[in-house]
Amino acid sequence: MTAPMLELRHLSKIYGQDEARVFALDDVSLSVDKGEFVAVMGPSGSGKSTAMNILGCLDTPTSGQYLLYGTDVTGLDRDQRALLRRHFLGFIFQGFNLLPRTTALENVELPLIYQGVPASERRLRAAEALAKVGLEGRADHRPSELSGGQQQRVAIARAIVTRPGLILADEPTGNLDTARSREIMELLAQLNRDEGLTVLMVTHEADMAAYAHRIVTFLDGRIHSDQKNEAIHAA
Amino acid sequence: MLLEALRLALNTVFRNKLRSFLTVLGIVIGVASVIAMVTVGQGSTAQVQSDVASLGSNLLMLRPGEAGRGPGGSSADAPPLTLQDLTALTRDIPDIVQAAPVAAKLQSVVAGEMNHSVMVTGTDNAYFDIRGWTLAYGRPFSEGELRTGAPVCILGTTTSADLLGQGNPVGTTIRVGKISCDVIGLLAKREASTFGQDDNDTVVIPLRAMQRRILGKSDMQSISITFREGARAEDVTAQIQSLMRERRHITANMNDDFNVFDMKQISSMLTGITGVLTGLLSAVAAISLLVGGIGIMNIMLVSVTERTREIGIRMAVGATEMQVLMQFLVEAIVLSLIGGAIGILVGLGLGAVGSYALNIGFVPDYRLILASFAFSAVVGVVFGFFPARRAARLDPIEALRHQ
Ligand SMILES: Nc1ncnc2c1ncn2[C@@H]1O[C@H](COP(=O)(O)OP(=O)(O)OP(=O)(O)O)[C@@H](O)[C@H]1O
Ligand SMILES: [Mg+2]
Repeated sequence: MTAPMLELRHLSKIYGQDEARVFALDDVSLSVDKGEFVAVMGPSGSGKSTAMNILGCLDTPTSGQYLLYGTDVTGLDRDQRALLRRHFLGFIFQGFNLLPRTTALENVELPLIYQGVPASERRLRAAEALAKVGLEGRADHRPSELSGGQQQRVAIARAIVTRPGLILADEPTGNLDTARSREIMELLAQLNRDEGLTVLMVTHEADMAAYAHRIVTFLDGRIHSDQKNEAIHAA
Repeated sequence: MLLEALRLALNTVFRNKLRSFLTVLGIVIGVASVIAMVTVGQGSTAQVQSDVASLGSNLLMLRPGEAGRGPGGSSADAPPLTLQDLTALTRDIPDIVQAAPVAAKLQSVVAGEMNHSVMVTGTDNAYFDIRGWTLAYGRPFSEGELRTGAPVCILGTTTSADLLGQGNPVGTTIRVGKISCDVIGLLAKREASTFGQDDNDTVVIPLRAMQRRILGKSDMQSISITFREGARAEDVTAQIQSLMRERRHITANMNDDFNVFDMKQISSMLTGITGVLTGLLSAVAAISLLVGGIGIMNIMLVSVTERTREIGIRMAVGATEMQVLMQFLVEAIVLSLIGGAIGILVGLGLGAVGSYALNIGFVPDYRLILASFAFSAVVGVVFGFFPARRAARLDPIEALRHQ
């Protein structure tokens, strides 16, 4: 049996000290296979973002292990984690997090710059990624000239341009209206289906979680429930 | 990657032109003042050296009075030099080739409507050899003219042109002070100015004429002496000193009441002064460079804060600490190099204007320009490092959350 794409083993994240200690994550174990589309739900403060940050190698746990592609990445230093993000991970944020005063195309090129891809190939691949999210015509627009939904699609293009195995999305539709949110979800679902991307997505909305195959619910830093999405599996 | 950092830095710098310009202003002022001051300083040093060279080599000047600091020492109470001293010098010291008396005074000279104020020198024919003058027209003074102090004069080209227009002035008569003088010669034009004064603006008359008709006393201010090629200035000076002590009856426990000045000393003296000035001004300039560097650091710190989220994004997509550090460091270096380049241009401009105003040669020194450029880069590295490191050390999660 091949190793799962990612695996958390008895993972804890503690903020503060002594009296003020907060268990943002408390003995979390979780395993996600390649090609899954997982929705992470739970009330505010339940540790969803903390988990996503650790999964995204942006943060390190206080204790426990994180295995990515079967390799323990818990003890890696900042630069090693940067390299992991560069080559294996894609991020989508609630606030889009595009570089202002920079065109959509240049935003999408950004991760390729750090991969050292030559400029001409960079442009080609960035344009390709923009096409995949349906923004062929907007390559030269700056974020301020794009709608929220379009900005988030640029961010998705940026996340997939390096062809990462894993996409981490923390409330990607949090700033969008329902119609725009559905478009984004459909895009993610399609990328998951057609490109085999593994997607982990935090959301507060059941409607959006419904696009996922599996729904993990956090409560007080622990995994409260972990279920297959019946609706999808029934279909 | 470095190329990307450079492209990015240029974009950032040019996106905010006014702010970038204000940021580098300190560097501009620092570099410009260094370049301008050193350029003018070197120009004047070169000028002094060429002036001294134009005075002629192996030239000594004997004057009454104790040794002062420069060619204008005190001669107040000392007994004047005499023609007998002059004769004794050439007779008794074999190393001395020629000696000429000099008595000079500023006089107004008039020809027709034209009026001109000029230094008039009373001397003899040896003066022309000693000072390296040749005659373009006419003749030197005759024995009789020298002996009787006849009212005749030889003009420099500038004086002649100002009073009488271009051409040969021999045969005309001009007024020098209160006396009427026949012009008997014109000095050949010399492409030199001594310490900012035009050498060619001069009137030379017999010493006697100067003493009797203009000064009204038989004084001379100095004796110009040339010595044999190969003799050492110190040795000749010592011989002159012992001869003059004897002639002026100075006993062993008394100081000289005259002094011998080696014209070459002017060179080292003025070069020294210029050097001190250049050093002082450069210190001021170094301080302004320091201030300029702090200005860059300040703006870079602001920039890091403003761009915290951008830094977070870059880190999220895989920028290493080193890459973020390089990005901001390169930006600081680009800023300071732009400042340095502008400063070099402004400094050369000011240096050219200054050299022109002081009437000295404009000698831009490419080593100085390279050094300024390199120094600007160093300022960028030194003052850019701290902000850049701060950017590189940011926590990506905090940075992404930054508003
Ligand atoms: N940097 C921090 N310092 C201290 N406590 C923190 C920090 N980050 C998160 N926490 C705490 O950890 C807990 C989990 O926070 P987290 O951001 O993971 O919640 P969340 O599930 O993402 O909530 P939301 O749905 O509101 O985004 C919270 O109690 C929070 O206060
Ligand atoms: Mg959250």
